[in-house]
Parts: sequence; C-alpha cells; structure tokens
Amino acid sequence: MIVEATNLRKSYGRTEVLGGVDLAVREGEVVALLGPNGAGKTTIVRILTTLTRPDAGRATIAGYDVVREPTKVRGVISLTGQYAAVDDNQTGRENLVLVGRLMHLGRQAARQRAGELLDRFGLNNAMNHRVKTYSGGMRRRLDLAMSLIGDPQVIFLDEPTTGLDPASRLTMWEAIAELVRDGTTILLTTQYLEEADRLADRIVLLDKGRITAAGTADALKAQIGGQRIELYFAEQTDAIKAVDVLGGVADGTLVNLPSDGTAAHLHAVLDELRSQGLQPVRVSSHRPTLDDVFLTLTA
Amino acid sequence: MTHDGFAAAVSDAATMIDRSVRLTRRNADTLFVSILLPLLMMALFVYVFGGAIETGTQYINYLVPGILLLTTGYGASNTAMAVADDMTSGMIDRLRSLPIRSFAVLAGHVTASVARNSVATAIVVLASLAMGFRPSAGLVEWLAAIGLLLLYVLALSWLAAGLGVIAKSVESASTLSFFMLFMPYLSSAFVQPETMPRWLRPISEHQPITPVIETVRSFLTGSPMGNSGWIALAWCGGLLIASFTLATVLFRRRARR
Ligand SMILES: Nc1ncnc2c1ncn2[C@@H]1O[C@H](COP(=O)(O)OP(=O)(O)OP(=O)(O)O)[C@@H](O)[C@H]1O
Ligand SMILES: [Mg+2]
Repeated sequence: MIVEATNLRKSYGRTEVLGGVDLAVREGEVVALLGPNGAGKTTIVRILTTLTRPDAGRATIAGYDVVREPTKVRGVISLTGQYAAVDDNQTGRENLVLVGRLMHLGRQAARQRAGELLDRFGLNNAMNHRVKTYSGGMRRRLDLAMSLIGDPQVIFLDEPTTGLDPASRLTMWEAIAELVRDGTTILLTTQYLEEADRLADRIVLLDKGRITAAGTADALKAQIGGQRIELYFAEQTDAIKAVDVLGGVADGTLVNLPSDGTAAHLHAVLDELRSQGLQPVRVSSHRPTLDDVFLTLTA
Repeated sequence: MTHDGFAAAVSDAATMIDRSVRLTRRNADTLFVSILLPLLMMALFVYVFGGAIETGTQYINYLVPGILLLTTGYGASNTAMAVADDMTSGMIDRLRSLPIRSFAVLAGHVTASVARNSVATAIVVLASLAMGFRPSAGLVEWLAAIGLLLLYVLALSWLAAGLGVIAKSVESASTLSFFMLFMPYLSSAFVQPETMPRWLRPISEHQPITPVIETVRSFLTGSPMGNSGWIALAWCGGLLIASFTLATVLFRRRARR
C-alpha cells in the first residue's frame, strides 16, 4: 500500500473533524474521497501531505511516516490544493521554473520541464503572461502542472474542478485521465459523483469525518438495490410524510426509494400512499446512480 | 535530486530570494510609495516645521538620520504584508508540501526586504544631499553608519517577517506593523527628547530607535555619541536574534495547524 492511514483523528477545539479514518491506496490506484462540504476531505489531504498534524492515528506514504519523516514524504508526493497555489504576479512559466528549481532539477532541466508541461496543459500562449490574468481553468491547469514537475509517486488533488465551468472541467478531467493512463497513484477529493465515477477506480464516501461506505462505483450501486423509484410531490410536506410511510429519502419535493423494479412493488407503493391521502404528481424509475448512493448512505 | 545538506538549503534560499526580488519588481508602486512618503516627510520637516524646531544645528543635518529610520519602517511594513500575503494564499501550502527548508521561504522575504530597504535608503540619502544635508563623515564613518543601518534593517525585517507570519490577513499585517512606522515619531528623530513632556521623555530615550538614530547621527554629522553606539548594537543584535527565532518558530507552528 503506497498510502496507508489508520484511525486518523483531528479536532479543532471541541469540533471533531475526523473521527477515526482508515484509508489505503494501492500503487497505481485512483481513489476518490467523496463527501459534502465540511466532511473533512481537505483535512485528510492536509494530514497525508504533511501540512497538518493528526491528533491521533498514523499515516505513511511510500513507507514514510507523515509526522516523523515529512521531508521524505514531500519528496514523493505532490499536492494540488483546493485553492490554486500559484503566484499571481509571476508568469505561468516562472511559476513552473520556481517549483522545478525547488525540486533541485537544475536550471536547464527546470526550464525544459516547464516547457513540456506548458505544452501538455495548453498554456503555451499564456506562458509569459502574469497568472493574475489567467482564467480559473487556466490557473487550475497551471496548478496541476506545477504539481507534476518532480514526477511525484502519489498525487493529491483536492477538489480539482470545483468552481470550473463545464468546458474547463472537461479539460481538467482529460488531464487527470492522462495521469491515470500513465499509472500514477492519485487520491482525489470531490463533491461531484460524476467526477468520482468517471476518474476513480474506487470511491470512499466521507461524511462528518467518518467513512460511511467504500468500494467501486458498481459495488456501491449494488449496495442500494437494483432499481430506484422517484416520486415527485407538489408539496414538500407531502414528500416528508411519504418518507415517514415508505422509508427512502426526501430531497425537497422529491422522494427517492429502493425497489426491486417490479410492477407489483410500484403498485404497492402507490396504494400505500393513497391510503394515507398522498398523491405524487409524477413517478419515475431508474437504475441507481451515485447520487442515490450518496443520499442513502449518508442520510 | 537531493534535498538534504547545506548546498540544498543554500540553493532553496537562493531560489526564494530570486522569487521575492521578482515579486518586488512587479510590485514597484508599493516600493515607490514607501520611498515617496519618507521623502515627503523630509520635505515637510525641512521646509515647513524645521524653522520652528531648535536643535542647535542646521535642522536638516539633525533630521536625516531619523528620516532614514522612518524609511526602514515603511520598508519593513511592506515586508510584513508580503509575508502575510504568502501565508494567507494557497502558495504557502505548495511551498510547504515541497521538500525544502521552511527557513528558505522567510529567508527569501528577508533578503529581498534588506535589498529594498537599501535601495530606498540610498535614494533618501541622495535626496537629502540635494536638499542641503551636509554630513561631515569620512569613509570610515559612512561605512560604520551603513553597517549599523544594515544590522538594524536585518533585525527589523525578521521582526516584520514574524508579524507577517502571525497576521491573519494582509490588512492585519499592515495594522500590526503600524508601530514600526510610529516609533520614530516618539524618538529623537524629529525633536530632541529634552523638549518632550516629562512623562514621554523616558519612552523616547529608552526605545531602540533613539540610540540607533543617535549613533548614525554621530557618525554622519559628528554629534556626540556617548554610549548610544553600544546600546544601539545591543538592541539590534538582541532584536535580530529574538525576531529570527520567533519568526522561524512561529512559521513552523502556524504552518502545522
Ligand atoms: N484550521 C481550522 N480551524 C478550525 N476549523 C477547521 C479548520 N480547518 C477545517 N476546519 C473545520 O473542519 C471541518 C472539515 O473541514 P474540511 O476543510 O476538511 O472539509 P472539506 O470536506 O474539505 O469541505 P469542503 O468541501 O468545503 O472543502 C469543517 O467544519 C471546517 O470548518
Ligand atoms: Mg475542502
């Protein structure tokens, strides 16, 4: 296991942010930490990248302990944080060369590597412009490029596409997919199920500082039944009443429940609702998505 | 690709100095203002207030050493803001996730700070000569004055770096460094402490800036030095050691939350 964490705990004051997290990533594996705002994703990433000390628990990267051997760990990882870590008043090229120099590539090699990465991330035209003139997508790509300078063994990506428009997100996904094809080990965090499904071999669901489920996208989907029924109500209060009667989860005026996909089950559901005086406006049925996993397992 | 040893530390520091100097050049208007303000103060005191202040000499000859320290105050305040900017932006996480000495980050800022201050001080000296400053110093006295000022600027820059590390934002770094700008007014920079109210005099006489000013003034204009030279050295040395330790320890701690 190239990343191995056991029982990580972290509190800020009285607030517990991580309540005992275990995590293991195999070499070459892409793992997505999926969780809502405040779940503790960034905290996990910061602990594994030596930026924050855990209160308890232990973590190693490539065998090096993140607390006792931070410099060794920093030599084999790279971090692309939630907020782009770039110098606004340097050009894209200068930013890349700076990191190359700090990785002790040597002046010539640093420049050459910077050139390659500018090419690969489509930043050639803007390489001599100051980063403050870059769009959000370009900043993110530069940020990722800066992380790749030292050929890291493990790459940490904290919400790599949050705040990007759909086109920039797609470009970013392609860049990450290329890393995946190269066999790089990646731990990424995201709030987007589609992103996790698309990029990761394995998904770890995190909620309120605890891991609530883990597995491949397919395995997670299997965990919640073969089909889902969605019932749309006119009023939110009706949706809440329907959950009281049927189970499942409510999201606004929408109720989402597991099903075996048979007509008989759908009939039973509708009869039950009618007996309570509830009438859905619309009904649909679909194969489970990661959204359903999420709603069900972290509700 | 090795990250251990002295050579690696020097290379990291050199890279970070390079960065800080480049960022300074890109932020030239801040530098410009921090030179312009002391120049304006000098003009104000020489041409407006100076006539009413009795110092026993040509007022500008009395004034210039104080203006030099005022200049370093503005410079230090810029340094605090530059460090705070790094600490509060994502950049610090990038730098800290690289296998470099944390010392290198602050060393870059401090070195750039000393360079900025040297340029600013040189410009202020030239301007003062144009405005009628007539120092009596020979080469040795000039070198001694420059040496002391450099030591003072180095100590002040580490102090500023420390303030930048503690500050929660660039604005609060600027507020925290306000006292560095204010201290010269409570020193012997503009008026002789004997002319101040009785309660203020001890503050003025025993704060670090006064002996530094007195020493520089003595070197440049031949006014009596007394024991202020040693006191100035002690203050600067002590401030340097304390600020350096504080800044590097706080940097590591702040960054490890
Ligand atoms: N330095 C800190 N001091 C106090 N509380 C903190 C600190 N850092 C994080 N927290 C708290 O810890 C919790 C988890 O934060 P974390 O940033 O790990 O969540 P996240 O999953 O990354 O969320 P997001 O999707 O919003 O980025 C939050 O409630 C946050 O307020
Ligand atoms: Mg986060």
